Amino acid sequence: MDKPVNNAAWLLVAPVFLIVAFSAILPIMTVVNYSVQDTFGNNQFFWNGLGWFQELLDPSTELGGRFLDALWRNLLFSAIILAIEVPLGILVALSMPREGWKVAATLVIMALPLLIPWNVVGTIWQVFARADIGLGGWAINALGIDYNYTGDPLAAWITIVVMDVWHWTSLVALLCYAGLKSIPDAYYQAARIDGASRWAIFTTIQLPKMKRVLLIAVLLRFMDSFMIYTEPFVLTGGGPGNATTFLSIDLVKIALGQFDLGKAAAMSLVYNLIVLALCWVFYTVMTHAGTERRQEENPA
Amino acid sequence: MSSHVQPSSRAGTFVMALYLAFLILPIYWLVNMSLKTNFEINTTVSLWPNEITFEHYIKIFTDSSWYSGYINSLTYVALNTIISITLALPAAYAFSRYSFVGEKHLFFWLLSNRMAPPAVFALPFFNLYSAIGLFDTPWAVALAHCLFNVPLAVWILEGFMSGVPREIDETAAIDGYSFPRFFIKIFMPLIASGIGVAAFFCFMFSWVELLLARTLTATNAKPIAVTMTRTVSAAGMDWGLLAAAGVLTIIPGALVIWFVRNYIAKGFALGRV
Repeated sequence: MDKPVNNAAWLLVAPVFLIVAFSAILPIMTVVNYSVQDTFGNNQFFWNGLGWFQELLDPSTELGGRFLDALWRNLLFSAIILAIEVPLGILVALSMPREGWKVAATLVIMALPLLIPWNVVGTIWQVFARADIGLGGWAINALGIDYNYTGDPLAAWITIVVMDVWHWTSLVALLCYAGLKSIPDAYYQAARIDGASRWAIFTTIQLPKMKRVLLIAVLLRFMDSFMIYTEPFVLTGGGPGNATTFLSIDLVKIALGQFDLGKAAAMSLVYNLIVLALCWVFYTVMTHAGTERRQEENPA
Repeated sequence: MSSHVQPSSRAGTFVMALYLAFLILPIYWLVNMSLKTNFEINTTVSLWPNEITFEHYIKIFTDSSWYSGYINSLTYVALNTIISITLALPAAYAFSRYSFVGEKHLFFWLLSNRMAPPAVFALPFFNLYSAIGLFDTPWAVALAHCLFNVPLAVWILEGFMSGVPREIDETAAIDGYSFPRFFIKIFMPLIASGIGVAAFFCFMFSWVELLLARTLTATNAKPIAVTMTRTVSAAGMDWGLLAAAGVLTIIPGALVIWFVRNYIAKGFALGRV
C-alpha cells in the first residue's frame, strides 16, 4: 500500500502496453468501424449508423431474438457449471490424500484434463458419449434410458455440462487445495483442543483461507464459460437446432459463416461490453478482499 | 506427524476414487479406440481392443501433413511463452514495486483482455495479420495468444514478486548493482518458481486454444488440433485415426505436468495465498 510513486515505471510497462494495445485496440477499432456499416459483399460498405445495435437489443427482430436467446442460454450454462464445479471442487480439495506418492499421482491425474486442447476435449466426449461407438452413451442406453445427444436438446445440455465439469472442476479443486495447504498445523491443533466439529473447522478455518483463491476460481470459471466455444462446437455444433448455441458459437456463425460483418461487429461490441462490466464487478470485489486481508494481517 | 490438512477419512478416499475414475474413463476410452481397427470400432463396443493395431499411429508418424501439425503447434506455443514472459517480467516488477499514473486502470484493462472472448477477435485478427503479412505463420498465432497470455503472466508474476521483500532491492542498489544487473542476477532467481508457474500457464492456454489458431492459419502453419478436424473422408469418419491423434495431443501436456508435479499445489496458488 505504501509503494513509492515513480512515473518512470511506465517505461517498464511500455512493452506490455504496446503489445496488448496492438492485439486489443487495433482489432476493436476495426470492429467499431464495421459495426456502423452494412455490406452486400464485394467489399462495398454502406453507413448504417446505430441500426445494428437497435436491432440487437430489440427481441422482436431476427438478430435481437437470436442474440438474447444465446445470451440467456450462456448465462444459464455459466450458472449451472458454477453451481456444480465450485462445491465439487471444494469437496475434491478436502478429499485430497495427505502424503506419499498418492499426492503426486492424484495431482497429475487431476491436472491432465486442463492441458488437453479444447477441441480434443470435445472429441473425447464425442467418442465417449455417442450411443453407437461410445462407452458412456452405450452404457446409458443399455440401462434402458433413451439417450442421444445429437437429437435430444436435454441430452445435449447434460452432455455439455458433464463435459465442462470433467474439464474444469480440477482447476477449482487445485486452487482450493493450494489455499488449504497454506493453513498452519497450529490452527488444526487449536481446533482439536477446542473440540471443534468437522463442520466448524470447515466454516471457521478452511473456508476463510480459501476465500481469495475461490474468488479467482469463480472469476476464471465464469469468464471462461461465458466465452465457451470450441468444446460444444466440436461436440454438438450448437445443435440440436440452436439448443446449445452459446454466444461465441453464434458470433462465429455470423462473422465467419455468413460474413455478415456489420451484425457480427455490433454483437461483438455488446458481448465485449457485458464481459467488461462483469469483469469490473469481480475485480472490485477481489481488490476489496485483498485490502481487507492486508488490514487483518497488519492492523494499525 | 505433519498432517497439513485434516486427517484423511474413508469418505474422502471414496470421493477421490470416484472423481479420479470419472476423469480417467473418457481418456481411457480414447486410448482404447486408438488401438482398435475401424471395423472393430464400428461394429462392437468392447472394453479393450480384441486385436491391437498401431496402424493409426503409424499413419500419423509417416504422413508429413500430420506430424508437421505437431511441430507447428509446439512452435507457436514456445514463441508465445517466451514473448509473454519476457515482456511481462519488467511490467510485473513495475506493478509490484511502484505506484504510477493510471496504474490501477492499466492493470484492470490488462486483466480485462484475459477475459475477452476470442470469438470477438477472430475476424479482426484475420484482417490485421493478413494486412501485415503474418497470416499463416506461427508468429501470427504466437502474437494473437499474447492478448490473453501477457496479462495473465503479468498478473501471476506480480503476485510472486510482491512476496519478495523490498529491502532486497534497496540493499542491491546500495551495493552498486545497476537495475538490469540486479534484476537478472538477484531478482529473477528469487522468483524462479513464479516464472515457472507463469510459463506453465502460458504454455497451457496457448496449447489448448483452437479458435484463433484455426482462424489465423491456412496450410503452412496449421496446428495439429486443426488437422484433426479433417478426418472425415468419403468412407465416413476415421474414428481410429481421430482417437490416435487425440491421444498424441494429450502427451505434451502430460509430460509438462509430470515435470512440475511437485510444484502444482504451490503454483496454483499463483503467489496469492
